[in-house]
Amino acid sequence: MLTKNNEKLYNFLVPILSIVLGFIFGAILMLFFGYNPILAYQAMFNGVLANPFFFGEAMRQATVLTFTGLGFAIAFKAGFFNIGVAGQVLVGWVTSIWVALAFPDLPRILLLTLSLTAALLVGAVWAGIAGVLRAYFGTNEVIVTIMLNYIALYLTNYLIRNVISTGGNTTERVGPNASLRVDWLTQLTQGSRLNAGLFIAIIVVALYWVFMTQTTAGFEVRAVGLNRFASTYAGMSAPRNIILSMFLSGALAGLGGAIHGLGTFGNIFTQSGLPGVGFNGIAVALLGLGNPVGIFFSAILFGVLDVGSGFLPNRAGVPDEMAEIVIAAIIFFVGANYLIRFLFEKVKTKKTATEGGE
Amino acid sequence: MTMLKLRAMLALGTSAFVLAACQGEDAGDTTETIEDDTEETTDNGEDTAEENGEDTEDIDFSIAMITDEGGVDDRSFNQSAWEGMNEWADSHGLSNDHINYYQSDDAQDFIPNLNQAIAEDYDIIYGIGFALLDAISDVAEQNPDMQFGIVDEIVEMDNVVSLTFRDHEAAFLAGVAAAETTETGRVGFIGGISGTVIDRFEAGFRAGVAHVDEDITVDIDYAGSFTDASIGQQIAAVMYSNGADIVYHAAGAVGNGVFTEARNRLESDPDDEIWVIGVDRDQEEEGNWDDGNFTLTSTLKGVGASIESSANLAMDEGFPGGENIAYGLEEEGVDLTRGNLSDEVWDAVEEARQGILDGDITVPEAPDEL
Repeated sequence: MLTKNNEKLYNFLVPILSIVLGFIFGAILMLFFGYNPILAYQAMFNGVLANPFFFGEAMRQATVLTFTGLGFAIAFKAGFFNIGVAGQVLVGWVTSIWVALAFPDLPRILLLTLSLTAALLVGAVWAGIAGVLRAYFGTNEVIVTIMLNYIALYLTNYLIRNVISTGGNTTERVGPNASLRVDWLTQLTQGSRLNAGLFIAIIVVALYWVFMTQTTAGFEVRAVGLNRFASTYAGMSAPRNIILSMFLSGALAGLGGAIHGLGTFGNIFTQSGLPGVGFNGIAVALLGLGNPVGIFFSAILFGVLDVGSGFLPNRAGVPDEMAEIVIAAIIFFVGANYLIRFLFEKVKTKKTATEGGE
Repeated sequence: MTMLKLRAMLALGTSAFVLAACQGEDAGDTTETIEDDTEETTDNGEDTAEENGEDTEDIDFSIAMITDEGGVDDRSFNQSAWEGMNEWADSHGLSNDHINYYQSDDAQDFIPNLNQAIAEDYDIIYGIGFALLDAISDVAEQNPDMQFGIVDEIVEMDNVVSLTFRDHEAAFLAGVAAAETTETGRVGFIGGISGTVIDRFEAGFRAGVAHVDEDITVDIDYAGSFTDASIGQQIAAVMYSNGADIVYHAAGAVGNGVFTEARNRLESDPDDEIWVIGVDRDQEEEGNWDDGNFTLTSTLKGVGASIESSANLAMDEGFPGGENIAYGLEEEGVDLTRGNLSDEVWDAVEEARQGILDGDITVPEAPDEL
């Protein structure tokens, strides 16, 4: 029997066990190909955790992944698979840079607010398109968001080349009053690109939790996700909640894109593909099981893995793709959490059975 | 404080592996001491290298490169840089410890990769490609004592050497070769991501074709990528289907798709007369198929040679910081291979080459100068 406590325990155990199993799987694979897994994991974690710069970079990556993870999670809670996070990140990124370059003389607090808000809105509208189409025409949001990803990619490249810059591949850098960098953070992490986005991320994690658990709107979003027909019967508007959840999803992704732009790069350049932080956000959300705090910590883990993977080839002689395999394995085990639950239940019943027998 | 807490919690989450990592900490420490030793000897090393000239044992000079998103095995731009570094090491009898590359999967990896290379204390760290402009500028500013190089862009700082190429001159020769060879009166050009660098290729190629015959159509298309071979294959398929018989690509790893498409076509119809013109390094072996070779010729871009020569310059005479070293036909920094060109075509190419060298032909750098 599944009690509420048990369920909580599982929600904690599934990601932890998945991470452990993912690392073990990676280790077995490395042994199979003749690499030394201890050396590899050591290079990865030592490289990141023992050096303020690389730890700062990992946290910077985690910041952006928190946004994309939360963005994906909120739509997922409402029952949608927003695979367009990457495109929403990109439109948010380009918007923030565009706004920051358009009003270079505004005071910092005003310009940052304006830039971030604009990015948030554009991201929200971008995802909202898929939400509206879904709500009123029943269009499959997966297909629509995939298509919107490519529209975002080529539109962004067009804007960079023809509107924001003149014929170049890169825009100007935004001025210091549009940058999210904070001196003490940069110094603390020995020159990494970790920025004030981290604090915005922590605030957003808290807001997300409040919205989902403490407000009626959040309850409705979850209810629609659990059973759309039952919630319609209960008097909630399904279309309204579909659009709202996609809107919020895109807003979070767009904000993440702005923080990537104003914090990490300070400009935008023509992209040859969709930003990887968008897709990794999906993995982060899945590992975090939709819990905002869980998402924050899984974002940190992914940040460490991502930055740490750079150490694999040179310090351990292992291809850096191995880190991606570990990530993929972790996600696989999260997806297969039924297996973990099943094994856990089995062990438990056996235990109680033997105990009871005595 | 928050940072410490986060670290502690992360450590909890992955305790097993951090524990495993702790066991091996001793090994890590030893490598660090070795690195420290090299650090101390680097300065002396430069001096001894100067005194001893070719005496290889005392050379303590090492170089590293950061790839752009194409990766070190793109069979084109980055690979030629890496080959140049290997040749540099071989020519000084140095082991592979003196050269290294860091691959970037994403633009956000540039700066961490540069910092990894800085931590290993390489004497010169090269950024391969214009995409690394901002990253190299930032990192060079933060590390005024380190030396950097950048290919295809200009950074005006005392600790950065810029290596640029007059690619349009080689592309012009490719255009001449294509125009002289085509049977259909139609040739194609596939660019990677448009911008000043690839503009040179497009402008040079089109001018070269027009130099021979203004009536030859040049189909132009851009992949918007330097990495996605499938886009290259798609564009090449369209171009060949529309009657182009020669396709020139200036698109890094995207070009691999162009070769695939040409091979597929030839394998299904061996009588088809189609060619590919390679870029940046001699791509002749990419054009091997059962019945011969379909790489007409390749424009060469001496990325590797430029790295080799700038590293040698730094070893022998001091680092050419702040300089922009431009390589063209004259400096033999760019060139066209003989490849499968017929004698007549080669004569025309040689004639054009002479024209450029003598200044009789001015090759445009951007398509709008045509």
